[in-house]
Parts: sequence; structure tokens; C-alpha cells
Amino acid sequence: MESFFWDYGWPLIVMLLQSVLLMVVLLLIVAYILYADRKIWAAVQIRRGPNVVGPWGLLQSFADLLKFVLKEPVIPSGSDKFLFLFAPLVTVVLSLAAWVVIPVADGWVIANINVGILYVFAISSLGVYGVIIGGWASNSKYPFLSALRSAAQMVSYEVSIGFVIVTVLLCVGSLNLTEIVYAQQARGLAHMLGVPWLSILNWYWLPLFPMFVVFFVSALAETNRPPFDLAEAESELVAGFMVEYGSTPYMMFMLGEYVAISLMCALMTILFMGGWLPPVDIAPFTWVPGIVWFLLKCLLVFFFISMAKAMVPRYRYDQLMRLGWKVFLPLSLGMVFVVAFVLMFMGWTPPVGGFGA
Amino acid sequence: MAEAQVRNFNINFGPQHPAAHGVLRLVLELDGEVVTRVDPHIGLLHRGTEKLIEHKTYLQAVPYFDRLDYVAPMNQEHAYALAVERLLGIEVPKRGSLIRVLYSEIGRLLSHLLNVTTQAMDVGALTPPLWGFEPREELMGFYERGCGARMHAAYVRPGGVHQDLPQALLDDMWNWCDPFLKTLDDIEGLLTDNRIFKQRNVDIGVVDLDEAWAMGFSGVMVRGSGAKWDLRKSQPYECYDEMDFEIAIGKNGDCYDRYLIRMFEMRQSVRIMKQCLEMLGKETGPVSSADGKIVPPKRNEMKRSMEALIHHFKLYTEGYKVPEGEIYAAVEAPKGEFGVYLVSDGTNKPYRCKIKAPGFAHLQALDYLCRGHLLADVAAVIGSIDIVFGEIDR
Repeated sequence: MESFFWDYGWPLIVMLLQSVLLMVVLLLIVAYILYADRKIWAAVQIRRGPNVVGPWGLLQSFADLLKFVLKEPVIPSGSDKFLFLFAPLVTVVLSLAAWVVIPVADGWVIANINVGILYVFAISSLGVYGVIIGGWASNSKYPFLSALRSAAQMVSYEVSIGFVIVTVLLCVGSLNLTEIVYAQQARGLAHMLGVPWLSILNWYWLPLFPMFVVFFVSALAETNRPPFDLAEAESELVAGFMVEYGSTPYMMFMLGEYVAISLMCALMTILFMGGWLPPVDIAPFTWVPGIVWFLLKCLLVFFFISMAKAMVPRYRYDQLMRLGWKVFLPLSLGMVFVVAFVLMFMGWTPPVGGFGA
Repeated sequence: MAEAQVRNFNINFGPQHPAAHGVLRLVLELDGEVVTRVDPHIGLLHRGTEKLIEHKTYLQAVPYFDRLDYVAPMNQEHAYALAVERLLGIEVPKRGSLIRVLYSEIGRLLSHLLNVTTQAMDVGALTPPLWGFEPREELMGFYERGCGARMHAAYVRPGGVHQDLPQALLDDMWNWCDPFLKTLDDIEGLLTDNRIFKQRNVDIGVVDLDEAWAMGFSGVMVRGSGAKWDLRKSQPYECYDEMDFEIAIGKNGDCYDRYLIRMFEMRQSVRIMKQCLEMLGKETGPVSSADGKIVPPKRNEMKRSMEALIHHFKLYTEGYKVPEGEIYAAVEAPKGEFGVYLVSDGTNKPYRCKIKAPGFAHLQALDYLCRGHLLADVAAVIGSIDIVFGEIDR
């Protein structure tokens, strides 16, 4: 019995504690990227943004949280009550669940499974269910239209994201997210040029630059961010699938959305920007803990996502589908072939199981 | 397989819709996302302005015109003042005329700034409105410093304008012009060559010239389709014939052309403003007709002159009588030809005051413009036809 506890029980407890820790930290970070999003947006628009609650408005997100939680949830009488409340729950649980395999620093990962990237991909694909169920359960016309739109949209961009991931995997030789980072350390442009300390050149953003762009844009579409926020297009569908939502369920949708955005930032960091690795592999930079680099890179990506929101108009539904299927899909599919060809031709195929194995 | 009963989707777009520009209510019939029918419903902001004017003296009717197209109030007052003046046969002094033109162009800027930026917002760009509203707010400040009210000016009155402008205000307007052109550049930088903005506007809501005339379009809506038609050029009123400016003409008659024309017109408006300001620097003299039977005397004069006191009393109780007759006066308002058809029966109140609002004709074409487009294009088209419900519902 005792060995059973030490074999299964104790790891479970550790994992639960790790999960709680990750979730708390993640939610805190989400509170502040929400604040950052609003501040960046405000700066572009020559406004002040939130500046009342706490010093420089730093506590704004918590005030919003309190406001949402204390409000009365209104459930439309014609709605499917169970599904109506289930949808935001799905959104938030799924987007949090994906974080379990994300290595935020060397070895700092709750579940270091060797199909990590597939897991993330699967979980984030399920995210669309929250939107569809929410839109349908509201039993209202605008949410319904929005649900149909987002179903088509998220599925379309999922495809090109899939191919982008495949190109990276071809270079890495493993589906493990930690391995992907190791691979970017083990070889790359910097090693070829004879400047191995300049590890920023090693990372995949440079050799796979078109894919980096495709992934960035697809990530915007995947998380319903402008210019692909068709699901909640204000000028057409009022608030899309969230029209009928208020108070805590609404907050959960927003939370899920921002966690999903931060997940995309993390994915981009891992796939293309060397995860927790320092950009320059020499003394002062290597002293900085990996988690700090990881966070900084995520924030950089988030900054771009936030700027995109401030700068661009919104695509129309058919244009969005055209971009997804007629531009990104052929491009990413083509790159899969090109990368595979180059790897084979130059003899650069990675060792089975990746470089760190 | 059993034949399925397929039915189109009807949705209510407005009156509480963020892209409805006021209290527009559209009943849309959708086939998927494709719009098969647009049915605009109006009347939610109807106040009976025309009927109310029949029960007011000619001077008391002025403020009603501020409340029509409330984003460019003085342009409406201007049309009404022109109509009354033509019936009365009185002349407006040069300085008054220049001030009217100056404020008409400010009105054009107010309207176009609102319209262009909200058109951008309707296609999802949320930053231009914030950039555009700062200079717009300053323009409203100029309104306020001229007449005491940011919006409901009651400043352009039959005979001239209510008060003279102080030199400091004219200087501030001059200093406002050049920085504003930079702001325009910024907004253009964000929109004009933006691929998404173009994709959302080019070839959307196309109207060819014959259709535009047939549907009673005016202003930017016909210029966008290629008509060389601007009342300021074709039938110059006030002192527009002395101004040096150009009008822009579109080629395709789509939303994008209309956007470009509005941007161009804003730059031309600044040009006209500058010319007015230069002329106002030299032109001294009264801003209003000296006819004591029409224009109330200055307060100072009223305190000293018995005749002025009698005029003041008569004008603010009975008002003035306008000779029998009928007249149509129109101005090139920011949204198109804004006309006032005035019938006088020789009393102190208009017998009939018919208002021709450009937005009304534009709105009725919504079905023609939107049919076959996608739902998202409805928002873009509404943005580009520039409707304001104050003037449509009257």
C-alpha cells in the first residue's frame, strides 16, 4: 500500500500542486496582459486607458473581476440553460488545460509527454466548441450567426496551423515541446556561421520565417483577435456569440480568450523563438533564469498581437475564408514539401526522438 | 430524401445596433450571410420639425435646423437663412458672408471627420475615430467660441450671423489648420492603402451615375459615381465664387471612392477656411444686415435709441413679416444637397417649410446598394452613405 502511495498518490499530489501554482500564476499574468492590452490599445489611440483603480490602473483587471462576479447572471428564458452555462466553462477549461504541457523553462513542465504538440493542437481545436455551444444555446439570431462563422473560421485556420507545426516537427524530429526547444539550441544558422554564442540566429523564426508569419496570423484567427474577430464583430453582429452573456459566464469567455491568446504566445515562443533560451549565449544573458526569457518572448509576441488589434480593420467572412484556404493552406503545404526536401537533400534530417534525447 | 423546408433568415439590424448610426432599423433577409433584402424602417426620431416650424416665427425656426443633421448644424441653418433672405430680398454684408462660409466648411469637416472615421469603425478599424475626434472636438470648441454652443448654434440667422468673431478666435482657427492636415495624413496612413480596408470597401455598394441621379442622390454620393456636381461650384451661393478650391470626383461609385472624396474634401475645406480667415483679416464691417426691420439691434444701441428699442420689441414678440411667395434654397451640405422649400403667406410665420434632407434619398437606396452583398458589407455601406437620423426623420 505504501509503495502504491509513493508510486501514484504522491506524484498526483505534486502534479495537482504544480497545476494550482501554474494556474494561479497564469491567471495573474492574464490579468496583467489584459491590462497591457488595454494600455497599448489606448496608447495607439492617444487615450490614457485604465488609470483609476490602483496606481496607474494596475488593479483594473481585479476590479473588473469583482464586478463580473458580483453581477447577477442573466439566462435568457428561451435558452438551453445547461448548455448556456456549459459553453463558457468549456472555453475556459480547455484553454487552461492546454498549458499543462507547456515548458516554461528547462524542465519546468507539469506533463512532459512526448506528443505534447499534438495535445496542444487537439485541445485548442476543441476550443471552438465553447463558441458554437454558446452561440447555439443563446437561442438568439446574432449569436447563432456568430457561432456558424466561428466554426468555419477556427476550423480553417486550424489546418494551416497544423502544417506550420509539421514543418517545425520535420526539423526537430520529436513531438515533445521541450525537444523542440533543445533542437533550436543544438544546431542552426549560428552554428553554421561559426558564431554558436549568437543563439538568436539558431531559432526557427529565421529559417522558417514565412511559417512564423503564417502561424502568427493564424493564431490571431484561431483566438478571434482582430482582424479576424468575426465571431464577435461589433459592427455586424453586435457582440457575436457573447450577446446574451453577462456577469461570470461572460467573464469566463473573456478569460478563456485571453488564456488562449497567451497559449498562442507561448507556442510561438517555443516553436520559433527558442523557448526559454537566452538570445545571446554569453555571460550576463545566461545568468538570467529561463522563465524570464520565456516570459519576455511571450510578451513580445503579445505586444504584436495587441498592436494588430489597434491598427487593422476587420476582414469580411468570405475574405477570411479565402485567405485561409487559398493563401495560407497552399503556402504552408508548400513549405512542408520544401522543408522536407531540403532536409533530405542536405542530409539534415534530425535524429529520431530529437536532439536532447 | 424528403425535401427540406428552407426559409431565409430574417434579422433586425437596429435600432439598438452599434453600427446603425443612430436609430436606423433595418429588417434584413439573409440567405446564409448574403443579404437578399434590406428594408429600412424610419421614424424612430421623428419630431415633426416641419410642422413645428409652421407655428414659429421666422427667427424662432432657426434652432430647429441645428437639430436636423446634428453633426454639421450650421450648414442647415445656412440653407434656411438663404431661403428667408431670398424671400425678403436682403443682402448679407461681406464679413457675415465670409463667416458663414467659414463655419460651413467647419461643419463639413465636423461631418466628414465623423463619417470617415466611423466608416473605418464599421469595417473594424477602431483607432481612426479616436484620432479624428480630437480635432473634431477642437472644431466644436470653435463653434462654442463663436456662438456659445458646441452643437445647437442658432448662429446663422436671416440677415447675416448673430455675432462678430473676435480676432483671437480667428487666429486659433488659423493655427488649427496645419496640424489638422497632419492628423489627416495619419488617418490616411492607417486606411487609404490598407489592404484590408480596401478589400472591405472597393467594389462595395457600387452605384452607377444614372442610378444615382434616378434615386435622387446628391453630394458625395453622386460625385463618387463620377458626376461633376457640387452646388458650391455649379450654383455658387454666398461667396463661394471667390474661393479657390477643387472638387473631387470618383470613378467607380463604390464605398472606397466615397471615402477618398471625403478625405479630399476635408483638405479642400481647410483650404477654404484659410482663404476665409485671410479675407476676414482685411474685411471689417458689419456681420449682419443693417435692416432694422429684420435684424434685431445690438443691445447697446437698444439702450440708447428709442427706435432700436421698438424694433427689438417687435422682432422678439411678433417677428417680421415675409412677403408672400415661395422659394427653394439649397446648400451643399456635407452629406449632399440640403434644401429648404419655404412658402410664405405674408405673415410672420412660414406657411410651409419643406426640408429636403440628402440622407433620406441615400437611405432609401440601401436595398439597391446592399442586395447580394454580405452582412458585413451592410455596415460598410451604411458607413459610406453617411446617414444621420436627425435629418432623415426630421
